[in-house]
Amino acid sequence: MNQVIFETWAKETPIVREAVLKMIHQCNSGHPGGSLSMIEILYSLLAKSGVMKHNPKQPDTNDRDRLVLSKGHGVPALYAILNKVGYDITNEELMTLRHLGSRLQGHPDRVRIPYMEASTGSLGQGASFAQGIALGYKMDKNPNHVYCIIGDGESQEGQIWEVALSAPHFKLDNLTLIVDYNKAQIDGYTKDVMGLDPLAKKWEAFGWNVTEVNGHSYAELNKAYRNRVKNIPNLIVANTVKGKGVSFMENEVGWHGKAPNDNELKTALEEVRKNFQIGLEA
Amino acid sequence: MKATRKSFGEALAQLGEKYSNVVCFDADLSKSTMSALFAKKYPTRFFEMGIQEANMIGTAAGISFTGKIPFICSFAAFLTGRFDQIRMSIGYAQANVKLIGTHCGVAIGEDGHSQMGLEDIALMRSIPGMVVLQPADDKETHECIEWAIKHIGPVYIRLTRQEVKPFNLDSFKPGIFQKVVDGEKVAFLSTGGMLEEVATAATILKSKGVMSPAVYNMSTVKPLDSKFMGELAKKFDEFVVFEDHTTMGGSGSAIAEWISESAQTPRRVKRYGVRDQFGESGTPQELLEKHGLVAQRIVDNLSNK
Repeated sequence: MNQVIFETWAKETPIVREAVLKMIHQCNSGHPGGSLSMIEILYSLLAKSGVMKHNPKQPDTNDRDRLVLSKGHGVPALYAILNKVGYDITNEELMTLRHLGSRLQGHPDRVRIPYMEASTGSLGQGASFAQGIALGYKMDKNPNHVYCIIGDGESQEGQIWEVALSAPHFKLDNLTLIVDYNKAQIDGYTKDVMGLDPLAKKWEAFGWNVTEVNGHSYAELNKAYRNRVKNIPNLIVANTVKGKGVSFMENEVGWHGKAPNDNELKTALEEVRKNFQIGLEA
Repeated sequence: MKATRKSFGEALAQLGEKYSNVVCFDADLSKSTMSALFAKKYPTRFFEMGIQEANMIGTAAGISFTGKIPFICSFAAFLTGRFDQIRMSIGYAQANVKLIGTHCGVAIGEDGHSQMGLEDIALMRSIPGMVVLQPADDKETHECIEWAIKHIGPVYIRLTRQEVKPFNLDSFKPGIFQKVVDGEKVAFLSTGGMLEEVATAATILKSKGVMSPAVYNMSTVKPLDSKFMGELAKKFDEFVVFEDHTTMGGSGSAIAEWISESAQTPRRVKRYGVRDQFGESGTPQELLEKHGLVAQRIVDNLSNK
């Protein structure tokens, strides 16, 4: 993994941010803030030469790593990236997000799209689901890995801390949880709503292999994904910026679950189209 | 006499040999749900989750998508109390998970309300695709467990803490209620821990000349079989459903809904169960008597109508 690849990714993701904004704009609903904050987390997993082993042309092969998006409200980002890396979601289909009859539900639905892996949206549940897959892989001696992205607001759910307790107990070193720590949620900043800090220390105390990174740095994310310890599950605290890439959305609580209007979309698209630097932060 | 939870434990331990992809989870109640019998025989296929029902539900949903058939076991109250996890991670995801809820109803006695599964049927019945079963005795429990293993999709099975007598029924078929006592005009429907009392009540009512009710074993709560229900509705004028569960949304409600919407001719449905009340401590007998769920109370209630 080298700087050239990261620079390629940084050139490829503006179109993903563009798609996310357009998708949310066309149905006038959705969650731009928490979608834009995890683009780099997702892209470094799913991009060609990303860390995950998967085949867009044969998504159900047993020989695959799996990704569970527990913070299901960020799913526009996942749809856009799956489209970009070659899954059967077309450009036209992206613009059916949240329409009646669309496969692209407002939150992931594994019945309509099996490679969503899990059906999420009620927070806290995807982490247990991912743990179950990891347990099944262990039973089958399947060497593949399970990744799961949880939100920081989501980390207020009790079920997350049940997994914090159980995955080390089951020695699930084939499981990596990534916290998209964008510091904001619907009712305000996470520190004011229900504080989480010191987040990394809490996970360490539960017995996880913890790495804290800049979630907009491909270099740091990649290093963290590859940092594994035998018999210990992995937890990455990815410090991110909510609404990353759109100046008026960045760190603004109000953009958690609101669609941009026509003018806002225009401004936002101009910004993201010419930004080829995101992901290259040191 | 045997508790259907014990029959479950024995059945799963036995069937585990034939179905090697069956795995089992429990949340620190394996000696009560009897999943311990499976755990002892197949330690690598049993997962003790500790007291984490929500996590158990999600984990089982996840493992089901690696080709395993997970059974998740706890008291009915604790398991179905994690409704959102069941609704999303199992129901909406169409996960092939089998839910075992033991210690149903006021018949658990002294432990009181917190441990009594009283709303579990209502909750599970409301989830699309969820099959809801409540076997009558040892033999039928074995049959239900094997049926659930073969069925692809979520199944909730409601089991008793108390011992129940064998009825030597025809083999379990989903949606078909086996006849336990012959009769006419009125059909009593019940199952699980209630069936013996209901059958006794029917016999007493017959001998007193009050009525001559038939008794059927309603071991499937969902889905009901439309053809079978149609025949039943032709044959009887009145249905009386008895259950150790709240009358709101339970087996009686399932029958009332079907009859009121689909029967060719209007039929009466009466429901006996726990009426909009919490459970409490007491002996099982005292509690069942209080809620009108023992033979003598059933006879009294139906004689004075």
